[in-house]
Amino acid sequence: MTIDETITQIADELAMFDDWEDRYAHIIAMGKKLDPMPPDHQTETYEVKGCQSKVWLHPSFDGEKIHFEADSDALIVKGLVAMLMRIYNHRTPKEILSVSGNFVERLGLTTHLSQNRANGLAAMMKQISMYALALSVAHGK
Amino acid sequence: MTRDDFPILKRTVHGKPWIYLDNAATTQKPQAVIDAVADFYRLHNSNVHRGAHTVSAEATAMYEASRETVKGFLNAASTDEIIFTKGTTDSINLVAASWGAKNLKAGDVVLITEMEHHANIVPWHMICERTGAILQWVPVLDDGTLDLDMASRMLTPQVKMFAFTHASNTTGAINPVRDLCAMARRQGITTLVDGAQAVAHLPVDVQDIGCDFYVFSGHKVYGPTGIGVLYGRYDVLLNMPPYQGGGAMIHTVSKSGITYLDPPQRFETGTPHVAGAVGLRVGLRVGFQVGQGVGLREALHEVLLEDLRSIDRLNLVGRPTEHLPIYSFVVRGVHSADIGMLLDEQGIAVRVGHHCTQPLLKRFGLDATVRASFAFYNTKEEADALVAGIRKAVKMLS
Repeated sequence: MTIDETITQIADELAMFDDWEDRYAHIIAMGKKLDPMPPDHQTETYEVKGCQSKVWLHPSFDGEKIHFEADSDALIVKGLVAMLMRIYNHRTPKEILSVSGNFVERLGLTTHLSQNRANGLAAMMKQISMYALALSVAHGK
Repeated sequence: MTRDDFPILKRTVHGKPWIYLDNAATTQKPQAVIDAVADFYRLHNSNVHRGAHTVSAEATAMYEASRETVKGFLNAASTDEIIFTKGTTDSINLVAASWGAKNLKAGDVVLITEMEHHANIVPWHMICERTGAILQWVPVLDDGTLDLDMASRMLTPQVKMFAFTHASNTTGAINPVRDLCAMARRQGITTLVDGAQAVAHLPVDVQDIGCDFYVFSGHKVYGPTGIGVLYGRYDVLLNMPPYQGGGAMIHTVSKSGITYLDPPQRFETGTPHVAGAVGLRVGLRVGFQVGQGVGLREALHEVLLEDLRSIDRLNLVGRPTEHLPIYSFVVRGVHSADIGMLLDEQGIAVRVGHHCTQPLLKRFGLDATVRASFAFYNTKEEADALVAGIRKAVKMLS
């Protein structure tokens, strides 16, 4: 599945729920299924700045694709992190950099997330793009 | 003045009636304040203290009438002791930079407390760095109140300034300002009281309190943003050098020298926020009513405290007996940011974070709390909704 297709799939999933409680329950459930991140990667080096809660993002590169480990100490943010992982994990830098448009808007989440939280997501996405850019420049991928 | 006078309180959020419980961050405005600001721009806008025409005289009169109202609100001895600033933070920066630069030298102590808002920490830190003075902190007890024993012991002749809050924006703890100022005065120590939270809930009489400086912000007492007050004892102000330079605060400007005006004009440079001062005047009337006991709902808060305490795993941060209607709490095993999000979904506005009191939160071993803060226009139904909302959020997050 391409990145675009994944975003559409998630948007469809969220659209299934009529009320906010179920939508959030779904986001929280996604977070609970996120692969655990080793504690020694939960350091300041890998902390995404600009979030109300702590968010960690740890990248590794196998020459082709970027593999992320991610976590948050807040449950809802963890769910949003899990969503980002479904979209961006195990992709080539080029795939990541070619994604256009506003992630949050496409998923219909702007009304449910205030500026602050949206900025937290934006900070995460920016971090992912920066890793992709750096790796793409370094490896021509 | 009742809840009905506040138009924004009729709003909905996410399709639900808006329950605004972030009053410690900023208060809502009654129609009268909104009208005062709009009417100023509609009918009386001109620059103040400068013009020679009728409307500028009107604007000046309105601005000075506001100063008179602030004097009455604080029971200052004279309007010359009332300086309009941008807000509490601006006021404290003014004192730290002006009074501080002149009166602090290496080895002097500036005493603050662990419960201070960053506005009453950072300016002192900055002037201490510049002058070589030392910043010291009166500790806070487990119940959120100030350690008065330690305060007394720390008020030594080495201390030149004791700056502390009238009431905490995080725990709501009210400090015994009169006693603290008296303690300081006995040692010849200058005092500054941060009244940002107190002015919306308590009567303030600066002569009775006996402080040298008292500061507050208009927007926290039903007035506009961008306007605040610095009260200073006249003889203290008279001995302070100017803070910012420019027009209006000077007597003469020439290539060979500059002479400055007396307080308060010495500290009001540039065109002031006249509309803000006009709006503040109306806001203070509301504040005065509330401070005198009109609109306080003791019963609401007794029940609210009981209800909050009955929520499993909820811990209130500090629980002083004398407190403003401000409640900070954490729920064990649940992140405060998550609770804040789910309360917002239910139309309830609270604040999540460190509330610009990082040292205080660190003292309690916390990163972030949820804070609900009430104003006189909040109702029992809203308090009940908050409790129900917290229970629901905790359930979803467990």
